[in-house]
Amino acid sequence: MAQENGHLFSSGHTACAGCGQAIAARLVVDVTGKNTIIANNTGCLEVFSTKYPESAWGVPWIHSLFENAAAVASGIEAALKFLGQKEKTTVICQAGDGGTADIGLQALSGMWERGHDILSICYDNEAYMNTGVQRSGLTPFETSTSTTPVGKQSLGNPRPKKPMPEIAVAHGVAYVATASSGYPQDIQKKIKKAISIKGPKYIQIHVPCPLGWRHDSELTYDIAKLAVETGLYPLIEYENGKLTAVRKLSKIKPVEEYLKFQGRFKHIINSPEQIKQIQAIADYNIERYGLRPEPVNPSAPQPVNTQTKV
Amino acid sequence: MFGPLISKAATAKANKTGSWRVEVKPKFLQKDCIACKMCVLICPEACVSGEAKNTYLCDYEFCKGCGNCAAICPKKDISMVKEEEK
Repeated sequence: MAQENGHLFSSGHTACAGCGQAIAARLVVDVTGKNTIIANNTGCLEVFSTKYPESAWGVPWIHSLFENAAAVASGIEAALKFLGQKEKTTVICQAGDGGTADIGLQALSGMWERGHDILSICYDNEAYMNTGVQRSGLTPFETSTSTTPVGKQSLGNPRPKKPMPEIAVAHGVAYVATASSGYPQDIQKKIKKAISIKGPKYIQIHVPCPLGWRHDSELTYDIAKLAVETGLYPLIEYENGKLTAVRKLSKIKPVEEYLKFQGRFKHIINSPEQIKQIQAIADYNIERYGLRPEPVNPSAPQPVNTQTKV
Repeated sequence: MFGPLISKAATAKANKTGSWRVEVKPKFLQKDCIACKMCVLICPEACVSGEAKNTYLCDYEFCKGCGNCAAICPKKDISMVKEEEK
């Protein structure tokens, strides 16, 4: 049941003001349409979208445990296949970064390995926001969280982000992409592409969390965009194991631009040594995925191409 | 509570989250709007709607006043104003 303005994710959910996950979740389900069944891991999204006895979802949606949405989705897909209904139904398995990269990884790995025709989505807000900002496998380097607090002996999270897209590629997942709530049309384009492909798909969407990242609610859009523009969150697409497209950056911004708005990086913003280390991560991404713009031929004016084949 | 808990679809509309707003609310000026729909795409509350240029509005019953519609508007046709303002 869609609400009057056509969205399949309705108003009245209890996410914080400016929640990036609420933006991305609506964009996803609006593209996949009403013939969608969603299995959701435990997490912020599950909690704020289904405050019992209400639900914000306009499509069949099920939550079981923190670790098993992928197993539940596998069962749904198998049952649909048996009933001959799979062709017209999209099955989504979705979770936050903790439910994807840590707690739900075992079931997810099994789902990918068995080759189920399911779209898995990770809403990556870079920590366990639902339970009070604990570090997850997708928390970036030197982030202050409640389990990696900053002090004399600690500069925050000592580990870099787990390379989830590459883990998915290693499973032979047909389509793997990263997206960002700073690029809403790009999310919708990638979801459209994903559901046209048979087999397992994985899309990881960067979703700012005003509460956990400690930034103002109106900055959700700008911060998501800055993460991409600095090279810290490259937007990439893998098809059948090959890197097929990246979003080229027309102007690469220094990482301070992204870090300075966020309370979780307040402890390093005045420390050039630490900034250098984070810049090195961005530089590595820029080189690895080839995010630099194509050299422009000065004699011929060329359109700025943001989506170039590599 | 044991066993499956089942809710009806889109019943979250019972929560009038507009009461969460503090200080500011978006004002859709409806002057330079080009109907690019970016405000509809970015609204976390799914409460912005409209059809053509200069018709976009948000539902204040649900708007939490986050301000992302004003941040994304390429024409600066949405501004955040004090709650008391008409």
